[in-house]
Amino acid sequence: MQKIYNRIIQIAGNVVTVEATGIGYKDLAEISSKTGKSLAQVIRMDGERVYLQVFAGSRGVSTGDKVRFLGHPMRVSFSENLLGRIFNGAGIPRDNGPVLDENMIEIGGPPVNPAKRIIPRKMVRTGIPMIDIFNSLVESQKLPIFSVPGEPYNDVLARIAMQAEVDLIILGGMGLKYDDYLFFRDTLEKHGSLSRSIFFVHTASDPTVECLLVPDMSLAVAEEFALKGKRVLVLLTDMTNFADALKEISITMEQVPSNRGYPGDLYSQLASRYEKAVDFDTAGSITILAVTTMPGDDVTHPVPDNTGYITEGQFYLRNGSIEPFGSLSRLKQQVNGDTRKDHRVIMNRMIQLFADYRSTLEKQAMGFRMAGWDKKLLSYGHDFEQKMMDLSVNMSLEKALDMGWEIMAKHFEPFETGIKSELIDEFWPKK
Amino acid sequence: MVEKRTGKIVGVNGNMVIAEFDDYVVQNEVAYVVHGSERLKSEVIRVRGKKAELQVYEDTKGITIGGDVEFTGELLSVELGPGLLGQIFDGLQNPLPQLAEKCGFFLKRGVYLEALPDEAKWEFTPSAKKGDKVRAGSKLGSVKEGIFEHWIMAPFSLDGEMEIDQIAGKGKYDLKHAVAKLKDSRGNIYKAAMQQTWPVKIPITAYAEKLKPSKPLVTKIRIIDTLMPVALGGTYCVPGPFGSGKTVLQQLISKHADIDIVVIAACGERAGEVVETLRTFPELVDPKTSRPLMERTVIICNTSSMPVAARESSVYTAVTIAEYYRQMGLNVLLLADSTSRWAQAMREMSGRLEEIPGEEAFPAYLETRIASFYERAGFVRLHDGKTSSVTIGGTVSPAGGNFEEPVTQATLKVVGAFHGLSRSRSDARRYPAIDPLESWSKYDSFIDAKQILKVKAILRKGNEVDRMMSVVGEEGTLISDFITYLKAEFLDAVYLQQNAFDKVDAATAEDRQKHAFNVIHEIMEHDFKFESKDAARKFFQRLRQKFIEWNSIEWKTDAFAEKEKECRKYITG
Repeated sequence: MQKIYNRIIQIAGNVVTVEATGIGYKDLAEISSKTGKSLAQVIRMDGERVYLQVFAGSRGVSTGDKVRFLGHPMRVSFSENLLGRIFNGAGIPRDNGPVLDENMIEIGGPPVNPAKRIIPRKMVRTGIPMIDIFNSLVESQKLPIFSVPGEPYNDVLARIAMQAEVDLIILGGMGLKYDDYLFFRDTLEKHGSLSRSIFFVHTASDPTVECLLVPDMSLAVAEEFALKGKRVLVLLTDMTNFADALKEISITMEQVPSNRGYPGDLYSQLASRYEKAVDFDTAGSITILAVTTMPGDDVTHPVPDNTGYITEGQFYLRNGSIEPFGSLSRLKQQVNGDTRKDHRVIMNRMIQLFADYRSTLEKQAMGFRMAGWDKKLLSYGHDFEQKMMDLSVNMSLEKALDMGWEIMAKHFEPFETGIKSELIDEFWPKK
Repeated sequence: MVEKRTGKIVGVNGNMVIAEFDDYVVQNEVAYVVHGSERLKSEVIRVRGKKAELQVYEDTKGITIGGDVEFTGELLSVELGPGLLGQIFDGLQNPLPQLAEKCGFFLKRGVYLEALPDEAKWEFTPSAKKGDKVRAGSKLGSVKEGIFEHWIMAPFSLDGEMEIDQIAGKGKYDLKHAVAKLKDSRGNIYKAAMQQTWPVKIPITAYAEKLKPSKPLVTKIRIIDTLMPVALGGTYCVPGPFGSGKTVLQQLISKHADIDIVVIAACGERAGEVVETLRTFPELVDPKTSRPLMERTVIICNTSSMPVAARESSVYTAVTIAEYYRQMGLNVLLLADSTSRWAQAMREMSGRLEEIPGEEAFPAYLETRIASFYERAGFVRLHDGKTSSVTIGGTVSPAGGNFEEPVTQATLKVVGAFHGLSRSRSDARRYPAIDPLESWSKYDSFIDAKQILKVKAILRKGNEVDRMMSVVGEEGTLISDFITYLKAEFLDAVYLQQNAFDKVDAATAEDRQKHAFNVIHEIMEHDFKFESKDAARKFFQRLRQKFIEWNSIEWKTDAFAEKEKECRKYITG
């Protein structure tokens, strides 16, 4: 049954309060005003006062406007017809295609029972050595790219999306610049991937509240496909905009802020989205790659900080390449033991040596004399940066491992690397 | 007979529901919010006038004003009895595998299953007889639970001494069957079943006295056992920024620690990590008992996407189960990962209640809650003279990796050992990334304290030299200082660091640790002479190589002795 009310008693920020009865928590309503119709969601109930968060914003809403409750929470259509389509945060097409309203499913559904998850086992090969060797990406992993604004994070995202072997790509764009949105669309189209992609895009000029819906819409659809056995890759860019939208709403609702104005439940809010990444026992999987821009390159900022505690690692993008320190794939040990037996050794020793190189660089910058060992480290580090870290490097894991041995052999004696003799005998390039 | 007390919903805000009641309510009693056919578990957390504020342990989507609330009069409790080991529960003690059978992939709200199935029958063997004097926690008989003698005990809620009036003979009974009837001095009869319930927020104290923790708990992690040991019945915390290896360290300890039972409370952390534990533990074999590790493990998991309020109850559920097994004379280790998520759950609720916030919006009672949780650990003497313990290890996830934040500070005040993880160590892949200089312990190690002091002095000196070198450069450093630095680095590389992926190196038992430490100690004391710094560096690089290989050779084998001989020969030249 649909009920219509027209007693709006308060408008503050994007939250409208209306007197109504018999309403379910988190139900949807439609507000019709002079500026058009907009959906709104119940976010608090206090006696007869119902607080509604208006998706399109409260601008132009009058106290005499009609509020029609739909009697159900936010939903999205799910079918094969979604493929190749582009929607906004509220699920309305932005590609001039037809509106989809068949087979509606609720968004923000219940969490997966941990007993029905399985340990992820499949490596997702990307062709980027800094990922494949040092921090392998694994199917069903949730991994953000931490980056300052201005780094080519969307390019990395698009490149991984196209090279990764998945059945389906869902892009959730939050606060995207319009040209970034066009970049994603055109890149995927050029590579013929658009037909297996679904976009939910909120651009920077769209109403804030719609931004909050993007991850839930994307993940609800991804979940349905995964249950049908599909391997889905969800790209979320940029989650900092999502967190900022949360902040805006919670302050409007006069909640006590915890850290730099963000709500106390920021961790839970982010976790309930990221935790949708899953490898189902007897069905498909969801892998989440997200972007979290770090305001002021500060990883202790609440958004990257909370994200780091939720996700299974992170990639730092700095000066146009993936930084080896701090970047981490927590699931890599699930897969890097079965690739090639020198994989783990190369991964550990090259990074340890690179760490020594970095501290030698510091010493050099302070004007110290470089000892023999320091000089070795300097030439090694330089080679590593050019042949491994550069983002333009694109090669298979096996080729990259061989490259690793070559670089080490060029600069060091075998015993200086601290690698077990048995592996040295097998892999050290013979001169 | 008390009539069913009910109320009507008048407000909803996130997971807080406000209900108006007619009769009376009890603070912290369990209530059910009714929505259609669903009944959602919740707890009364504040009462104002005729309005009770409830925290709901489930998603509140769809709840309507005017809906019913039923009050139960009972505090949030857990079921205790045989069958807990090997189980996987959520924060409210719902068995997750059974839930999956019933509801499929997702956690449907409002579905609660019995933690211990009623219909399961257990073979009971009485150990007490009619006429025996008993008190709360006294042994009445036992059942076999896997490798353990699971003692059936007199209810913990009994007051004073009683006499056994009647006790069942050997035979199979279900858990709710009264296996004994107990009579107090006034002739009142109390029934004792194999299963009892206990409110989670109240400690079980049916023991004679609490003793000072003095026996070391061998974790088989060298840096911990040697430099910052944990005692049976003690407490420790592991704070560290994300990615520094908190959870991996907890997993290693849960696998290798020399202990009877491990209770894992995965509180508000990643589901994937729990999955790893619950999928691998049934296959991993405990070297002590040669049975699957799962048979000594209980997992309480309330991962980050599961309802927030149940996160709070999950640590209490876990500690109550740990205390229950302690009552049987067993040593239990509780690993809570992460206590910060639990503190955040308190913060979320405090915010909804519009309480005046303390530091970083955490509630003012944060410290007392943390303190009373860790105080539930202890090394105790039971009434029958046996000793047993609950050891609590909690990880802390400080915001921004900064240990000055409220949860870390409140925890440090009450724990006996501090294993601080450092970002710089984990960046340099020095695992376990426990900072050897910052961390501390108030407990004693099984390794000679004087030797430890000497080794610590070398570590400290080495660190100073390292810092000095970054100012004056290697050429401005004395060769003697440089050798100290190399010694410290060597000690770090071959003793403090451990390779978790190496089958042998991952866990070092007590006697091997003592042996290896002696060898290392000799090297630390050895007076090395080198012509140049490069020669010194090369010497230690090669020595490190030999030791790392030594570390991954099986203890007490010929190869082990041989490698040791090779190392010693290399040192003496």
